[in-house]
Amino acid sequence: MNKYVKLIRIALVAATIMVATKPVSAQESTLYNALGQESGISRIVDETVIQILNDERIKSGFKDTNMKRLAQLLKEQFCVVAGGPCQYSGDEMAIVHEKLGITSAQFNALAEDLQAGMEKCNIPFAIQNKLIARLAPMKRDIVTVK
Amino acid sequence: MTVPRQLTIKHAMRLFHFSSYVAICLAGWIFQNAQAQVLPLPDQGKLLATSGVSEVEGTGGGGLVPWAVITGYGSENSYGFNAHVTQLNTQDYQLNTSGIAIGICDKLELSLSKQEFSGSLAPLNKLKLSQEIVGVKLKLAGDLVADQDNWRPQIAVGAMFKRDQGINGLEALGVTNVTQLGAKDDQGTDYYVSATKLFLAQSLLLNGTVRLTKANQMGLLGFGGDKHDHYQAMAEASAAYLLNRKVAVGVEYRQKPSNLSVDHEKAYYDGFLAWFPNKNLSLTLAYVTLGDITVFNPKNQRGWYLSVQIGN
Repeated sequence: MNKYVKLIRIALVAATIMVATKPVSAQESTLYNALGQESGISRIVDETVIQILNDERIKSGFKDTNMKRLAQLLKEQFCVVAGGPCQYSGDEMAIVHEKLGITSAQFNALAEDLQAGMEKCNIPFAIQNKLIARLAPMKRDIVTVK
Repeated sequence: MTVPRQLTIKHAMRLFHFSSYVAICLAGWIFQNAQAQVLPLPDQGKLLATSGVSEVEGTGGGGLVPWAVITGYGSENSYGFNAHVTQLNTQDYQLNTSGIAIGICDKLELSLSKQEFSGSLAPLNKLKLSQEIVGVKLKLAGDLVADQDNWRPQIAVGAMFKRDQGINGLEALGVTNVTQLGAKDDQGTDYYVSATKLFLAQSLLLNGTVRLTKANQMGLLGFGGDKHDHYQAMAEASAAYLLNRKVAVGVEYRQKPSNLSVDHEKAYYDGFLAWFPNKNLSLTLAYVTLGDITVFNPKNQRGWYLSVQIGN
């Protein structure tokens, strides 16, 4: 019996240590927090969408897009890449963008709109770069015009 | 005779490969624009500051070191061009450079520049050295912005074809060419490979360059000399920190050969501040240390460097 309790204790301690020292997710939740968690990310995406719809370089590309749905998916996606407790319910980037013929210049234009959106939300530049750094590798799946 | 021929064929094949790549890229771009029935225009498709500034020999880079970036803001489907002027004043000398450059498809860069070096301290106050530089750079691998989830840098190779324009101000001594100061040639070519890595999450850019060169003071004092007359590999490095979207601060180092007994050539260093108000203009202010330029004036030459680039 004693042995049994001891084992449970060890297991509990081990589990606590594992939870407490999960370094990657702890670090990631810092970016999620730095962006203002769910409400902060929501504001960033709303501001970014305003920038996109006023951006002569790319706004025509969104004329048939359900912007409400796009904003919802961006919020989920930014939350996930920032290490927040969310689920992304959209399709994979490569599948979504496969037939859109997006250029590198359009991809970067959207990145600049995101920068402007974060600027509007007073996100410090170093934090802006951390989010963009996690989104930047998606260029390989999004840009199909080489 | 076989070896040179093999080399020539290999080189020709490589050149063919490169030029066909660029031709395909250009053709695709012209076709795209022809379809849209608009004049091809530069797309300014890169992120602000990711084109770098104009390096002192006319290529895209930092101030003293060529980077693996292709100059201008043209994306992979477009082009961008720019012009720059740079002035560097030390205690006893002044260096003016100016040039134009074009970046095509974010793949190939061509540049033309002129450097003029003059003295302001007697007896060299009439001294004028100058050289013209044609630069070619080709991006080989990597994506500065997209490669944030791996350690791969953007890599480019380049060549600088340099030709001295003669010496003015030393006629009294009968000196009109750098070869009379000990240089073996008044023209030469630098070859380099640069690796540039943007650590965006840290707002940090690092660049390392290895240059094969015979140039004395970048070529202003000719190529090769009485001490050495062979290519040597020189290390160059830059680090830049992005303070915000428009401002970067950094430091650079450039190792130099020492081929001439009249010039105990030293490494160059600088600390810089670059400002990118928009994609049409950049201003770079730096404090540069050039070392002593000749044994006749053993003073360590240092001073301010200001560069203006306009373009798209």
